[in-house]
Amino acid sequence: MSKGRFGIHGGQYIPETLMNAVIELEDAYNKYKKDPEFNEELLDLYKNYAGRPSLLYYAKNMTEDLGGAKIYLKREDLNHTGAHKINNALGQCLLAKKMGKTRVIAETGAGQHGVATATVAAYMGLECEIFMGKVDTKRQALNVYRMKLLGARVHPVTSGTATLKDAVSETMREWTNRIDDTHYVLGSCMGPHPFPTIVRDFQSVISRETRQQIMEKEGRLPDAVIACVGGGSNAIGSFYHFIDDSSVKLIGCEAAGRGIDTKETAATVNTGSLGIFHGMKSYFCQDKYGQIAPVYSISAGLDYPGVGPEHAYLHDIGRADYVPVTDDEAVNAFEYLSRTEGIIPAIESAHAIAYAMKLAPAMDKDKIIVVTVSGRGDKDVAAIARYRGEQIKE
Amino acid sequence: MVEKAFKNGKAFIPFITSGDPSLDITEQLVYAMAEAGADLIELGIPFSDPTAEGPVIQEANIRALSGGVTTDSIFDMVRRIRKNCDIPMVFMTYANVVFHYGTEKFIKIAAEIGMNGLILPDVPYEEKDEFQSVCRKYGIDFISLIAPTSHDRIRMIAREADGFVYCVSSLGVTGTRSRITTDIGAMVRLVKETKDIPCAVGFGISDPQSAGDMASKSDGAIVGSAIVKLCAKYGKDCVPEVKKFVAEMAQAVHQAK
Repeated sequence: MSKGRFGIHGGQYIPETLMNAVIELEDAYNKYKKDPEFNEELLDLYKNYAGRPSLLYYAKNMTEDLGGAKIYLKREDLNHTGAHKINNALGQCLLAKKMGKTRVIAETGAGQHGVATATVAAYMGLECEIFMGKVDTKRQALNVYRMKLLGARVHPVTSGTATLKDAVSETMREWTNRIDDTHYVLGSCMGPHPFPTIVRDFQSVISRETRQQIMEKEGRLPDAVIACVGGGSNAIGSFYHFIDDSSVKLIGCEAAGRGIDTKETAATVNTGSLGIFHGMKSYFCQDKYGQIAPVYSISAGLDYPGVGPEHAYLHDIGRADYVPVTDDEAVNAFEYLSRTEGIIPAIESAHAIAYAMKLAPAMDKDKIIVVTVSGRGDKDVAAIARYRGEQIKE
Repeated sequence: MVEKAFKNGKAFIPFITSGDPSLDITEQLVYAMAEAGADLIELGIPFSDPTAEGPVIQEANIRALSGGVTTDSIFDMVRRIRKNCDIPMVFMTYANVVFHYGTEKFIKIAAEIGMNGLILPDVPYEEKDEFQSVCRKYGIDFISLIAPTSHDRIRMIAREADGFVYCVSSLGVTGTRSRITTDIGAMVRLVKETKDIPCAVGFGISDPQSAGDMASKSDGAIVGSAIVKLCAKYGKDCVPEVKKFVAEMAQAVHQAK
């Protein structure tokens, strides 16, 4: 079996042209992850640039309103650039710098990873090009302008369904075109080895902090950790340091779109099957001939037909549960958290909030739930207004 | 086996996407290309998200899939072709098309209907065992690729290669290029030092001159996008156009020294 496996999942299913690039990346990562200087530099960036540690916030109003388990929110929305994506962008761009790369490329769905990469590239003086599905450039226009403001070039991708999966394909194509000076800052815990491991490690700062914070506040581990899953980077980061604690239930919330009994869904674990795509073996939404299915979700960040290989593995061994959350449920949760706690979550994160709203009332009051708010919702306000039939002019 | 394509000298290897514009035309294209002097044909099975392809072949994949082509209907087409034509043929598709169909089931059928090999551009050396072992079991060649970035990997890849070695001429995806700057001769020499196996060059070859040039440095030239462009331009009337083009290209390759 090849390298980078999580059970049967993972691997390196990529063109030969890229193999030496991922081997070079793996060697560099193995060297720097043990390098105290690299880790100090990264910690300093997390603290003084991204604003970490992010708060573990007790959602008192929500807890009282739902009348069940105590709810804490891990506030990744408070990071610089407004989402967890900065954790990975800082790590990978720092690694790219150490490797002598002068240019970074990245895909983006909702635009949060693109913004994070463009931000760090601006800060570190790296040339930056972002690939984004044309459909997504329209529904997340604000983020497109934000990336341009940060000095990045944004390429609208028109191939395929012109969404996140096509942005990933196009960024891979661009990487085969120019490798020597270029690092591909993959935004989720997916793709060929070593990306799923690198992204997970950089995002695992979330659960490292959560663990310490909940011990300080409650003196014990939570009963459940809930996060939304597209590719799954904020979820794997939220789960990672709890995987060995079997008392902590790990719950990933997939975008069900209009429902898992419809074709307009992006709930990969719930509706997909085993396949090989974008460099990895994992679960994918596909037809019986292995053609990748067009997926749908109101959330551009979860609108992806695959899931990271480590999630596929956690599902296989029953360590994590992956539950579907519909557009309607997510929009309700988006509005609920805004009204109840004065926190506007990203529509992606609202999928996790929605499930917590179902789960908390069914649990005793002495139980504890941690929900990761992976990003803030400013970018989604216009789209949610449209969903509710209101047209907003900015 | 595909090596017989290289028996009579340098090989010209055209690629077409099955079902673009229809499977009937694909069948006629195979006969026409065989008559025009092609030595081996790469039959593409379309994939929704072909990450190693440039825009020309990406669009051909989409056209073929929207026309309703499936792996099974392509197998049926090959069964029809094999009643009339024995030119060596290999499938070129993506890992998921084979894996999701059932790797063993796919390769068993491919061998039974008379295909001679399989090319999966998203399966590198590290992942080839799950496909190559099955190909060997059923007696078809799993084709390995080397790229300008392969360097120290070339010997390792060549050592376990079957059929022929597909030399990717340039960085980037498939499609025509104004010129190829890679030292193809050096890549081919590294392969030959390790194993006596034919090497054919593909990616970016679009006219008789570049085809002849690449063939002179190797054992053959592979041409895809330039042919698929003709299929796109002429649609159901593409057969004579492709035949004429393949005849010119095959001549240039066969005359290469």
